Amino acid sequence: MIDPHLHHVPRLGRHPSRFRLAGTPVITVMLGSFLTALPVIAQSPVMPPFGLLLLLSWRLLRPDLWRTWIGLPLGLFDDMMSGQPIGSAMSLWTVALIGIDMIEHRMVWRSYRQDWLIAALAIIFCIAGGLFFARITGGGNVRFLLVAPQMVWTILLFPFVVRQCARIDRWRVMA
Amino acid sequence: MARPTSRRPGINRKAQYSLFASYVVAVTGAAAGLLLVVVAIFDPTGFSAIRIATAEIGRPVSMALKGMVSGVSSLDEVLAAYWRAGSQNVALRRQVEADRNRIIEAKGVAQENLRLKKLLKLVDADASQVLTARLIASSATSTRRFARLNAGRWQGVRPGMPVRAPEGLIGRIHIATPNSSDVLLLTDTSNIVPVRRTNDNIPAISTGLGDGTVEIRALTAGRNPFKPGDLLVTSGIGGVYQPNIPVAVVVRAQGEIAYGVPLANPGRVDAVVVERAFEEAVTRPGPAAPPMSEEGVADNGATP
Repeated sequence: MIDPHLHHVPRLGRHPSRFRLAGTPVITVMLGSFLTALPVIAQSPVMPPFGLLLLLSWRLLRPDLWRTWIGLPLGLFDDMMSGQPIGSAMSLWTVALIGIDMIEHRMVWRSYRQDWLIAALAIIFCIAGGLFFARITGGGNVRFLLVAPQMVWTILLFPFVVRQCARIDRWRVMA
Repeated sequence: MARPTSRRPGINRKAQYSLFASYVVAVTGAAAGLLLVVVAIFDPTGFSAIRIATAEIGRPVSMALKGMVSGVSSLDEVLAAYWRAGSQNVALRRQVEADRNRIIEAKGVAQENLRLKKLLKLVDADASQVLTARLIASSATSTRRFARLNAGRWQGVRPGMPVRAPEGLIGRIHIATPNSSDVLLLTDTSNIVPVRRTNDNIPAISTGLGDGTVEIRALTAGRNPFKPGDLLVTSGIGGVYQPNIPVAVVVRAQGEIAYGVPLANPGRVDAVVVERAFEEAVTRPGPAAPPMSEEGVADNGATP
């Protein structure tokens, strides 16, 4: 016999609330951007951009969840939390989402590996674009090699984040 | 995985228009974002007001977390100290013996200084310090090196003020919001600090490299005068930083450039001190003598 208080048991005929369905992905991405509030005084760009990782995970996991403009508000929030100039993630994330839409038109049948490849391209584009924006807005002469380690472990972290997103997604759609 | 349905509206006109409109909004928004970045090229701190909301939300969270983990950050140091405890203990004891005499001498010199200053009627009012606060977070994902300070405009912090720790220079205030502010760290690639070598006053310029080290270029002609072990302090040129704040120690010289490591690690320091900009502290109008002398002149004029 199953004690309903021990495990979360989905019940027939119940639907999750609209807020849970629509709000969970947005809130998780914002929490990812909010991770820069952790009390770590970093000496180099070491922390992976978790906001971007979660955005890509949700986008590739649930293609019909968002329109491409979702990159604008979420990117603005990320810009406010990270030290990047305002508008940087706004434009880069939206362009990345539009690019993913275009790829989706070409590659109809995709598997998990192609998704990882797409995410890797998007991560490289966003981090390199962020570096470029930081450089032109008074950041001085920043070398590309400085962000290479961050790119590598952000790409390596993607499968883990997708897995966690899928876990959250299962909770999201079950009442 | 097959192509999702929402991106393939079929013959449904309404769905087609909705999809098209979403792309129009996205492209327009991306262009607007680019425009904001272009504005930031000319005015890097222009939209700092937008950050107030997130800064106010983030501050209590960071503060609470900081209180929890302040012991964890120095864990590696504690472990490293255990490693060579015996030999280190002996070496440190010898160091203390050697330093004791120096300290006594220094105390004597300080006292003599005080006495001489009294003789000269010099009052050394060092009112450059604004407040002491803690660094609570940083831009860990960005290539820029900012740290968030737990004090802002309402506490008297203004952009451009130098920030230091007892060990050395940390950076200067970049943006000040009501209750917190962003500190441009010494290691940021846009932070340029005029420095000098302590023993012979060779002027140089320190620029951050973004990876926790700084690049030092001498302002003198000829070959690179720096060698590993050289200590650099601020020279006071430019009017932002007070002179003689420790900045960095040179670790490597290569061609015309020397590489240094900052003396104060922002991740380790407990509290930092925000100071007034040097020029402001020097030229601040004090209780001036002119009224006295004017009276004197008037008296002199009246008596004859």
